Amino acid sequence: MPDGWVGRSVPRREGRDKVTGAAKYVDDLHVEGMLHGATVRSTIPRGKIVAIHYEGDLPWDEIVVATAADVPGANEVKLIQTDQPLLADGVVNHVEEPIVLLAHADREVVEKARRHVRIEYAPLPSVHSIDDALAADTVVWGTDNVFTHYTAGQGNVDAVWADAPHELSGEYTTGAQEQMYIEAQGMIAEYDPDAGVTVRGSLQCPYYIQTALCPLFGLPPDKVRIVQMATGGGFGGKEEYPSIIAGHAALLAYKSGKPVKIVYDRIEDVTATTKRHPSRTKIRSAFDDTGKLLALDIDFVIDGGAYITLSPVVLSRGTIHAAGPYRCDNVRVDSRAVATSSPPHGAFRGFGAPQSIFALERHMDRIADYLGLDPVQVRRRNLLQQGQTSSVGQTIDEPVDLDKLVDRALADADWVAKRKAFDEHNASTTGPIRKGIGLSVFYHGSGFTGAGEVHLASKAVVEATAEGRLRVLAASTEIGQGTNTIFSQIVGDAAHVPIDRIDVVQPDTAHVPNSGPTVASRTCMVVGNLLAQATADVVGQLQGAGHLPATWDAEQFTAACRAWYADHDALVGRANYQPPAGVHWDEKNFRGDAYSAYAWACYVAAVTVDTRTAEIRVDDFVAIQEIGKTVNPILAGGQIEGGVAQAIGWAVYEDVVWKDGRVANPQMTNYIIPTAVDTPPIRVAFLEPFAPQPVAKGIGELPMDGPAPAVLNAVAHATGVDPRGVPLMPETLMDLLTTQETAQ
Amino acid sequence: MRGYLPDYELRAPASVDEALETMAQAPGQWRPLAGGTDVMVELAAGKLPPGKFLSIWQLPELRGITLDDDHAILGALTTYSDVRDHAGMAAEYPMLVQAARESGAIAIQNRGTLGGNIVNASPAADSPPALLAYGAQIELASVRGRRWVDYRGFHTGYKQMGRQPDELLTRIRMPRTPGGAGALHDYRKVGTRKAQAISKVCLAALGRLDDGKVAYLRAGVGSVAPVPLDLVKTEAALLGKTLDAATIDAAVAVAEAEVTPIDDIRSTARYRAVVSRNLVRDFLTALAAGETGARVHD
Repeated sequence: MPDGWVGRSVPRREGRDKVTGAAKYVDDLHVEGMLHGATVRSTIPRGKIVAIHYEGDLPWDEIVVATAADVPGANEVKLIQTDQPLLADGVVNHVEEPIVLLAHADREVVEKARRHVRIEYAPLPSVHSIDDALAADTVVWGTDNVFTHYTAGQGNVDAVWADAPHELSGEYTTGAQEQMYIEAQGMIAEYDPDAGVTVRGSLQCPYYIQTALCPLFGLPPDKVRIVQMATGGGFGGKEEYPSIIAGHAALLAYKSGKPVKIVYDRIEDVTATTKRHPSRTKIRSAFDDTGKLLALDIDFVIDGGAYITLSPVVLSRGTIHAAGPYRCDNVRVDSRAVATSSPPHGAFRGFGAPQSIFALERHMDRIADYLGLDPVQVRRRNLLQQGQTSSVGQTIDEPVDLDKLVDRALADADWVAKRKAFDEHNASTTGPIRKGIGLSVFYHGSGFTGAGEVHLASKAVVEATAEGRLRVLAASTEIGQGTNTIFSQIVGDAAHVPIDRIDVVQPDTAHVPNSGPTVASRTCMVVGNLLAQATADVVGQLQGAGHLPATWDAEQFTAACRAWYADHDALVGRANYQPPAGVHWDEKNFRGDAYSAYAWACYVAAVTVDTRTAEIRVDDFVAIQEIGKTVNPILAGGQIEGGVAQAIGWAVYEDVVWKDGRVANPQMTNYIIPTAVDTPPIRVAFLEPFAPQPVAKGIGELPMDGPAPAVLNAVAHATGVDPRGVPLMPETLMDLLTTQETAQ
Repeated sequence: MRGYLPDYELRAPASVDEALETMAQAPGQWRPLAGGTDVMVELAAGKLPPGKFLSIWQLPELRGITLDDDHAILGALTTYSDVRDHAGMAAEYPMLVQAARESGAIAIQNRGTLGGNIVNASPAADSPPALLAYGAQIELASVRGRRWVDYRGFHTGYKQMGRQPDELLTRIRMPRTPGGAGALHDYRKVGTRKAQAISKVCLAALGRLDDGKVAYLRAGVGSVAPVPLDLVKTEAALLGKTLDAATIDAAVAVAEAEVTPIDDIRSTARYRAVVSRNLVRDFLTALAAGETGARVHD
């Protein structure tokens, strides 16, 4: 048992409230005089709005109606760019685009009214695939449908092909994925001419919403207050989209003068809000007889949907992770985010990395197959070592030992014995059952890419009260991942006080400093570190005033606070983000230190395939990772297990069915996420930290990266077919099996 | 909740007679509402057309499972949980029990009824293939009287049934010891996942060999036609035959010709056709190998 709080599995601080139902979510909140809002959305993927008709036997005189013309400021959702309107104005660019907002005191009346607003359109041609977007026969954005184009890499791939002993190419695809958090999105907004706009709701990033709402209303930040309610999951889905719901609710509140609640049901949430970007990756590789990589030429494209939103940043992370944790002297990654007529795709756990990692890790297995080598051997031949540089030229400073990571995963998964036994079974069986085992090796960068953390310039505050309690002030949100708990552990250790004397303040832009968004696996590593510094600042002030000795206990800390308040009104510790020394990132050329830390992992999946039905069952899953310092082992293990389950869903269950740019399966009955019965035992272990003085690396996204290729590699091992895309549905696998049977 | 409740009328009669009387007064106007496991989903999704609903959930006459010398008789309101909990069902009708186990979650199994499953007439429903294989009959009641009809042939087209507008489905019965002693019961639902799934293909097959020849065979298939499908031609092709490889091949070809699957959001016509074929082959192979009793699929 460690001395302090960090490293111990202390229970979730808000856990009791959540399991007893005491926690208040936005839909639990009723504000006196409140109206219910609803959103009328486009039913066609692209076209001009010709007319809007308000029909049916409804009390239209009682219903508040808002359109683009009612936006008091600029009709734009400010993010990286401002191409997305809050409400469509004259033209729609995707299905489910918001056009008209309605509000009424009766939730059922407003819902019925929503169905009686008829929009007349003059349709325009639309684009529904990456290939069509690239072909640009129909241009839906800019001049060529390309939001962003990056080129990254090192060496010269073109000089390698002529003399390369072996070459292998392949094309890989990944589908959209719904975050499927338990709580659908929702907001309550109020407007007061003096106080401005106040919005409370389900969200990950309070300051993103403030930034988006200021130009909509022409208000300064101190007149736009955002408060996070208890939030039932996010997974990135509540990163950028909540700005739109907040803007809608606030606009209705502004127009009606009354509080307005908008809460989506599951169908609206799934059809209208963001999904994981679909992707297509082409890899051309050169290697020698041993599998040593000589060149990787990667063409990576993601589908951003109708507006640019976060696609450039998603593309950036996907680009940097595309060559994996391997040493290769000649790498070119050419990547594009393209526009289609889908609702914008957005942030989702992994943020572009799972897409490019899937392609590479499937390709590594194909190289092994091509050479007749073991897939482990091919990877070992290429694993990055300390002092080597990654494909973007980042020198790996920490003493990584990826062989040890792989060894542990193989041992836990009983790889050698199972691989042999499955090979024998598959070769000899006359029955329908095939078995396979597959792996993936990968890394995930913690925090914002490159200079992102410098630009964020995050701040955090820790206040001490006269009673010796500590108040944690940060904009980082608890969304089920354990923020409140790990913050308490980190601050508790820095102040040497029990964690029940620590209060994590509800994120509210009126009270907490901007510690940055709750994204990018950055909360523990970046903000946790700021809170440790802010606590040290409190301690330093107490010591400077002579109230606290060099070593102290909790009672001495309380006494020191009491003494401080005898002649002070407040005790505030502050910390501002300072970049680590010697870190440089060249954004233009995609070269340098992309991330200040990486978490490393090797995952192994064992599967059964029933060839009668092509159903895939994941029987066993081993997830081994090195994450530096583990703050709370149970919470960390839970993050990994949940991420693995979500990624197994992406790999073999979750098929977003598109029909003319609209999700055709937006309910939990037809959008299939794995249940407990479909999820294997997930055996999680954290390797002893590589570094002697480890940091707490981010882990939220890591487990999303590795399972899909491990599962598909296992299916390939089981059946001998060569699946290239996720989700690998039984329908696709059955076609592959049938083709294989015919070929034999 | 997308449904607008004032658009719906709900009446809860105190007896079956009152229910039948209500239906007789306005034939076709009242839609019987049992466990609500389909209707409530449509209501929440805003897909339930406004109309009149006759709740029969509270009528005890429509509940209960009894076994007499000739039949197992189940009230139309028999829930999946009732089926799961009944020892007699497990002993003689394992495919129906399996269907009940694989329908929805426990909460749905507590509300969903066999009668509702039949008259909701979804081709993807889990219990109809088993009821078809077990040679079930259903009782239809109206103020004009009660009649038993074969369940086979009851579904005449997508959501079309041989039920008169004033008739209420009141009971279901199945012959005792279906298929005879030593029969093989094979229920296999291929769903979108292992639990809480709707089927892509669902086969319930009951067969028995005497002296190596097919003495009994009945099979129902879900999700491969506009109706829960009886494989009548496959049955006819096999009765009295020795189950050798050539016979099985021929029967599988007949079965493949009998199914008429479509593409939808759950699966494809091609997949459904291949899986139907494979499941029929798998069943016949097991039957030929001498397997009896309830097959267990992991």
